[in-house]
Amino acid sequence: MGMEQGVTRMGQLITPNDKSGAAGIVTHRLEDLVNWGRTNAMWPMLFGLACCAIEMMASQASHYDASRFGMELNRPSPRQSDLMIVAGRVSRKMAPVVRRLYEQMPEPKWVIAMGDCASCGGIFNNYAIVQGVDEIIPVDVYVAGCPPRPEALIDGIMTLHESIRQEDFKTWSLERG
Amino acid sequence: MNHNDLVISKITGAFPDAIEETGMFRDELTVTILQEYVHGVCKLLRDDEDLKYNFIIDIVGDDYLPEYPRFAVSYHLRSMGNVHDFRLRTMVEDPDEGPKTIGDLWKIATWLEMEVYDLMGISFEGNGSQRRLFLPEDWVGHPLRKDYPLGYEEVQFSFNYDAIQEKKPYAGRRQLGDES
Amino acid sequence: MLVPTGDTVAEVTVEELRAKMGTLMEIESEENMLLSMGPQHPSTHGVLRLLLELDGEKIVNLAPDIGFLHTGVEKSMESKTYVKGLVMTDRMDYLAPMSNNLGYILAVEKLLGIESPPRAQLIRMILVEMQRISSHLVWLGTSALDLAAMTVFLYAFREREYILDVFEMVAGQRMMVSYFRPGGLWRDVPAEFEDAVREFLRFMPARIDDYEGLLKNNPIFLKRCKDVGVISGEDAISWGLTGACLRGSGVDWDIRKKFPYLMYDQMDFEVPVEYEGDVYARYSCRMREMRESLRIIEQCMDMLPKVGKEFNLDDWKFVPPPRSTLGQSMEAVIHHFKLWTEGFKAPEGYAKVSIESPRGEFMCYLRGDGTSKPARVHFRTPSYVNLAAIPTLSKDLYVADLIAIIGSTDIVLGEIDR
Repeated sequence: MGMEQGVTRMGQLITPNDKSGAAGIVTHRLEDLVNWGRTNAMWPMLFGLACCAIEMMASQASHYDASRFGMELNRPSPRQSDLMIVAGRVSRKMAPVVRRLYEQMPEPKWVIAMGDCASCGGIFNNYAIVQGVDEIIPVDVYVAGCPPRPEALIDGIMTLHESIRQEDFKTWSLERG
Repeated sequence: MNHNDLVISKITGAFPDAIEETGMFRDELTVTILQEYVHGVCKLLRDDEDLKYNFIIDIVGDDYLPEYPRFAVSYHLRSMGNVHDFRLRTMVEDPDEGPKTIGDLWKIATWLEMEVYDLMGISFEGNGSQRRLFLPEDWVGHPLRKDYPLGYEEVQFSFNYDAIQEKKPYAGRRQLGDES
Repeated sequence: MLVPTGDTVAEVTVEELRAKMGTLMEIESEENMLLSMGPQHPSTHGVLRLLLELDGEKIVNLAPDIGFLHTGVEKSMESKTYVKGLVMTDRMDYLAPMSNNLGYILAVEKLLGIESPPRAQLIRMILVEMQRISSHLVWLGTSALDLAAMTVFLYAFREREYILDVFEMVAGQRMMVSYFRPGGLWRDVPAEFEDAVREFLRFMPARIDDYEGLLKNNPIFLKRCKDVGVISGEDAISWGLTGACLRGSGVDWDIRKKFPYLMYDQMDFEVPVEYEGDVYARYSCRMREMRESLRIIEQCMDMLPKVGKEFNLDDWKFVPPPRSTLGQSMEAVIHHFKLWTEGFKAPEGYAKVSIESPRGEFMCYLRGDGTSKPARVHFRTPSYVNLAAIPTLSKDLYVADLIAIIGSTDIVLGEIDR
């Protein structure tokens, strides 16, 4: 083939050769690059507790499709996931288990308290329910609703992404826990 | 003879002094019997050819705190052949010496009794698997009793935000700017 | 109870673990392996923990450990008025809030001695049957997903969204509807309701064919379901199983037929019964139930224009007066005030109502003591009873079969632990 094939971008011809990875150098801030990677491949833990878990499933199913935000991969093991969505009420018996699962997750890790029960106990103000999961694990984003719509959960995830994008070296070095 | 009368006459026939009282409320028959007859009456109801109460729906514990005897256990029985439900009830004076288990008559009864034991604290004689079921192993008390507090915690509003914030336990992480 | 932030759960030795598990079940042989499955496990449908004693991959013994979602619903309801307690029932069986509402509301109505008008009863039936379909769709999707059939899940959730949209239209909430009230409904259904349900009736039968086409001829699915988890009809009765678990074992028992509530006695529908008693029988029971539900909805929709317009009982002692009367009638204001501050008072006595929820027999037991709060509320939840049979069902089977069995019993942990 005599003619060189390719597309023109910003006045420059880009050939298939250029896409091989030897195209040149990209300069960027490391912080932005790492944060971009973290937000776009966030693996939530497959961890449902109560009613909200059904809405969490719905947000990943056909209608709402959370995989648009790089979240289609639910990991059944805490050791492979970096986002914990506490979807539902946490009972006194479950609290040590939640804490243990959180500790099994590798750094960096984030927590979304989904729904009223996980955020503050919700309507169950009694002996059996922990009044907010933030009593046992640190929470990054609270999503209101009983249960929140899938859109609300996705909005919570977007909010978390937004805050991750603003993280810098200093934040990374802070010990979590 | 309708099924309600049949139940009463059969129980009286086999155990003349078992029945304490019978009551009808909203078309539901409640037969209150003495505690020591529970197992025998249940066996009769299950095995009798005319009755055949072969299905146990539920066992419910009740607490009438100021009164004596304080506790009651209700057995909801059903005859699938006769399509009839009724409630067999017994008053329990001492929750530690509850009625005899009926786990040998219906397999599910063991589980239903376990639930009553865990939440209401009525123990069933001969039920080998009485343990904490819903609550953690080290839990003290039986929540459904009337003298057990609800465990209500004060709700945080804007007017008492600071007062509660001081007491509220947080597992929070270190924030930026929190240099210490 | 606050968990310290350091190392929370100490590592336990094998001996300690064995001793701990020995309190829950008897261990047959020291040679066998002990495995704790859950409470965070993708295929236990929530926070169920199963203790397994395994010989190789064969299950020797099994004990469920529950309570990880214990919510104290029954205790909380004793401190709320009858109407306020309604919101608690939604959150027990979170796949079928409408059915829970109905069971509780029917018990309250029975205790009060009132009955709702025909229009309210028909709307209740339509919504409850739609809820049954939606609950079965979630069951179908998740239990097929556990058996590695992923496509059904995506299709089933598509139809579920439609049903939830209808619920949102009538009640303003997708899941936790709290739509039924003592004496009727919270409000009448909107004008678009009829078209939406008719549309649902139009497309749904073909969609059910789709699901069946995906599973019925799938050899892997059939191999994992047929002759697995068999229980005989007699055992099923002794274990107290209800719903599809009982009907899959050849017992023709449906509360809607035997103790008709609402207007089910005027409906023409069949009760699907299968005789094999295995996982596949329970699967086909539920699939056929969905079609019967569609039939019931259709009949209700046909009857709806023929009954009166009242959707609430005309008794302000129990039902709040309409908003429009508050500006004109002093009596209405007084009743409104009384109902929202104190609530109605129920007589002393007991009431027990059984309904057929998607999972089986749901029973609500109420004890009134003359005040505006119930003295005792108790729920007999089908999942709790069906769960108790899992050790029997899975005896001497493989771990992989256990997944299919848990899926087929269709347990919801929120309902088990309450």
